[in-house]
Amino acid sequence: MSGPLLNVEGLSISLPTPAGRITAVSDVSFHVHAGEAVGVVGESGSGKSLSMLSLLNLLPPEAEVRAAHATFDGENLFGRSPMELMHLRGRQIAIVFQDPLAALNPVLTIGRQITEVLRRHFGMGKAQATSRALELLAEVGVPDPPLRLRQFPHEFSGGMRQRVTIAMALAGEPRLLVADEPTTALDVTVQAEIVSLIKRLQRRRGMAVLWVTHDLALLARIADRVVVMHAGKLIETAPVDQLFSAPAHTYTKQLLASIPRIDRVRARAPAAQEGSDVG
Amino acid sequence: MIRAFGLLRRSPPAMVGTIILAVVLFVTLAAPLVSPADPRQVNPEARLLPPMSSALPAASAPAGRPTLHILGTDAIGRDVLSRVIYGGRISLAVGVLAALLSGAFGMLVGCISGYWGGWIDAAASWLVDVQLSFPFLLLAIFLLGALGGGVAAVIVILALGTWVNTARIVRGQVLSIKSQGYVEAALTTGASPGRVLLRHILPNTLSPVVVLASFAMAQAILTEAGLSFLGVGLDPSTPSWGTMMNDGRDYLVTAWWIGAVPGLAIAVTVLGATLLGEGLRDLLDPRRGR
Amino acid sequence: MLSFAVHRLLRALTVLVGVSFLTFIVGHMSGDPVLLMVRGDATPKQRADLRHELGLDRPVLDQYGRYVAGALHGDLGVSYRQRISVAPLIAMRLPKSLELAVSAFLVAITLAFMLGMAAALNRGRALDHLITALSIAGQVTPGFWLGLVLVLLFAVNWQLFPVSGAGAPADLVLPALTLAIPTLGRIARLTRAGMLEVLGSDYIRTARAKGLSEWQVLFVHGARNALIPLITQGGLEFGDMIGSAFIIETVFAWPGLGRMTVNAVLQRDFPVVQGCVLVTAAGFLLINLAVDLLYAVVDPRVRR
Repeated sequence: MSGPLLNVEGLSISLPTPAGRITAVSDVSFHVHAGEAVGVVGESGSGKSLSMLSLLNLLPPEAEVRAAHATFDGENLFGRSPMELMHLRGRQIAIVFQDPLAALNPVLTIGRQITEVLRRHFGMGKAQATSRALELLAEVGVPDPPLRLRQFPHEFSGGMRQRVTIAMALAGEPRLLVADEPTTALDVTVQAEIVSLIKRLQRRRGMAVLWVTHDLALLARIADRVVVMHAGKLIETAPVDQLFSAPAHTYTKQLLASIPRIDRVRARAPAAQEGSDVG
Repeated sequence: MIRAFGLLRRSPPAMVGTIILAVVLFVTLAAPLVSPADPRQVNPEARLLPPMSSALPAASAPAGRPTLHILGTDAIGRDVLSRVIYGGRISLAVGVLAALLSGAFGMLVGCISGYWGGWIDAAASWLVDVQLSFPFLLLAIFLLGALGGGVAAVIVILALGTWVNTARIVRGQVLSIKSQGYVEAALTTGASPGRVLLRHILPNTLSPVVVLASFAMAQAILTEAGLSFLGVGLDPSTPSWGTMMNDGRDYLVTAWWIGAVPGLAIAVTVLGATLLGEGLRDLLDPRRGR
Repeated sequence: MLSFAVHRLLRALTVLVGVSFLTFIVGHMSGDPVLLMVRGDATPKQRADLRHELGLDRPVLDQYGRYVAGALHGDLGVSYRQRISVAPLIAMRLPKSLELAVSAFLVAITLAFMLGMAAALNRGRALDHLITALSIAGQVTPGFWLGLVLVLLFAVNWQLFPVSGAGAPADLVLPALTLAIPTLGRIARLTRAGMLEVLGSDYIRTARAKGLSEWQVLFVHGARNALIPLITQGGLEFGDMIGSAFIIETVFAWPGLGRMTVNAVLQRDFPVVQGCVLVTAAGFLLINLAVDLLYAVVDPRVRR
């Protein structure tokens, strides 16, 4: 495994808006090696979610996506046929979304929503898929899986729901897990649990993780490398320790400075600083 | 007023609907100016003429040039287009009044039900169920037959058909407003319930009521036509679109235009009211901007 | 769930009683049926005798009580006009009305669902505009007017279908179509709107992200959610349809309950009206109950 698992260079995304076509993402490059955890950080509107969605071609058809070079596991990422896309989605790359309640279908049991991934990608029969789904629920820490399997999304708490969506994402045994702000909608204590869950899963399965967030402090706990984005552009990319200790770009420095710290007396914020978006 | 116009622009259906209704309203209000002939002018020589026929004036009418009956004449020689234009006044008036009555009554019941709740709400809800279990048309025929006809009765009946929706929505609005706390705040500072209702709650229920009133008008016009068609609505001598369609029924094969033209007029007006209602509803929907 | 159903059933029964009682009262206030039944030169004594014979000189509540007692045994009184027992009369005409209403309803919702889905999936394209325009036209046109137009075109001019009659299946086509069209228009638009909203939701994006086939995404995940608002509306439409059927039956001389009821009201044939109202109201209440239960089946969030 020499080259990166995912390699994207010069990604540009443009969208039509009432005010005309705008470039939401311009010339962004990042890569992820197998088993590596890469964090993508930026404020709301920095284009990070759009970039992730474009990997699986989940943007609306009006969006134009271009890249100088984009491969996954050596093969071209864009321009795939619908059949190839179906094989990529969920099976090679899986996404965990920000709002678990909205991301789950309210009228189907979560058991159904997990087993359909197993049956689609592995051709499992109903019984086999069900037992595997139970294993997955146990793996993500959902208590009493047999009961939970038959329940509907609205019967779960926020944190539990997110665990379910993670189980659903893992069902396809993906090589890359993209987590698009998975903890933003959760309580702080639950956030910590989910973070350590994903970290555990990543290590155990040798999965690559692309973690998108606006919370730089959170990345310190999970990422090996960090990509900083702002206003659709790539600002800086570096191993996490280096980023924190010796940030190269002004914007990164501002981001770091805006993280609240227990040990420092509150310094006066410089006038031009743009704080990270909290909550 | 200008703001309202600007607001309308944002919704094509509302815009189109308003234009249609405005045209219809204008034509019917300006009937004496717009109508090609006197709708009551009977002309035995010119009975059942197809559209675009010319006829000499009746012996009883002032002498003059031949009139072009653009949409033909009916069984006793009256010009169909003129009748439809004048008839619109009645159908529209009935429709608008019914919508206003329905809106007012619905708001009243909705506010009371929502504000006081408890057994008042339960009783109102039960009565609504009773009314709704009657197929509406049957209820209309029944009440009209039992209590006598007349324009006022018809308007009341038509309002009966649509007030429930308004009441439901208003009740829901009142409940949600109540839960927002500023009602309690007003009450604790000594405002009377009546004042609270009037100043705080009512204004917030107006926008959905306006939307529902548009739909109510559409519904009323259609229902009036149906009732008059069956012979239980307005008096046959009153020239509404519905009674005209009833007149045209016997001449379906021989002079189809007598019944078809008022029907078209109804469809166009109902289209206008429906588009307006839907456009307004989209505008007022807080989830817009997706 | 069970207590929910029982509760609704009990409430429906009280509503039914309310309906029949109110009908009874209003009917009795609406004038003396005897006047319509006797010749103009009948003496007051003859009228009084007739009233006594029909039990109309008893107190109203007493009359109502007798009516209910009879109704529980299946006796709905005797028609003033035709001197036939009401219950068999209704039993004879009801199936015809049901035939009309049910076929119209089934045609309407199946076609409407397909058209609405087609419009939603082809949003903004010619097919969408066409379907939307036709749907709007269908919902604003007075139903009976459309019926007359259809009769004119298909029965008189082109002679494809009969003008009236109720025996052969061909006779059903025009009346059912006329009845179906306004509902078709409304439900098609509702389906389209609902489907568009569903298509824009996050869980559809998730379903695609999981690698499911487009068919699975649209029909397993999408359609099921889009159906939910349709159920309520469908119930309402069926109720409306039963009401509109009264007019359509008159236009097409269809021998159903509606036409009989309209005539009975106009003739002040009170027991017939009472009986028809009872049957129709009971039908409505059943439909509403069925809709509520169906709702709970389709949308698990309601089940608490």
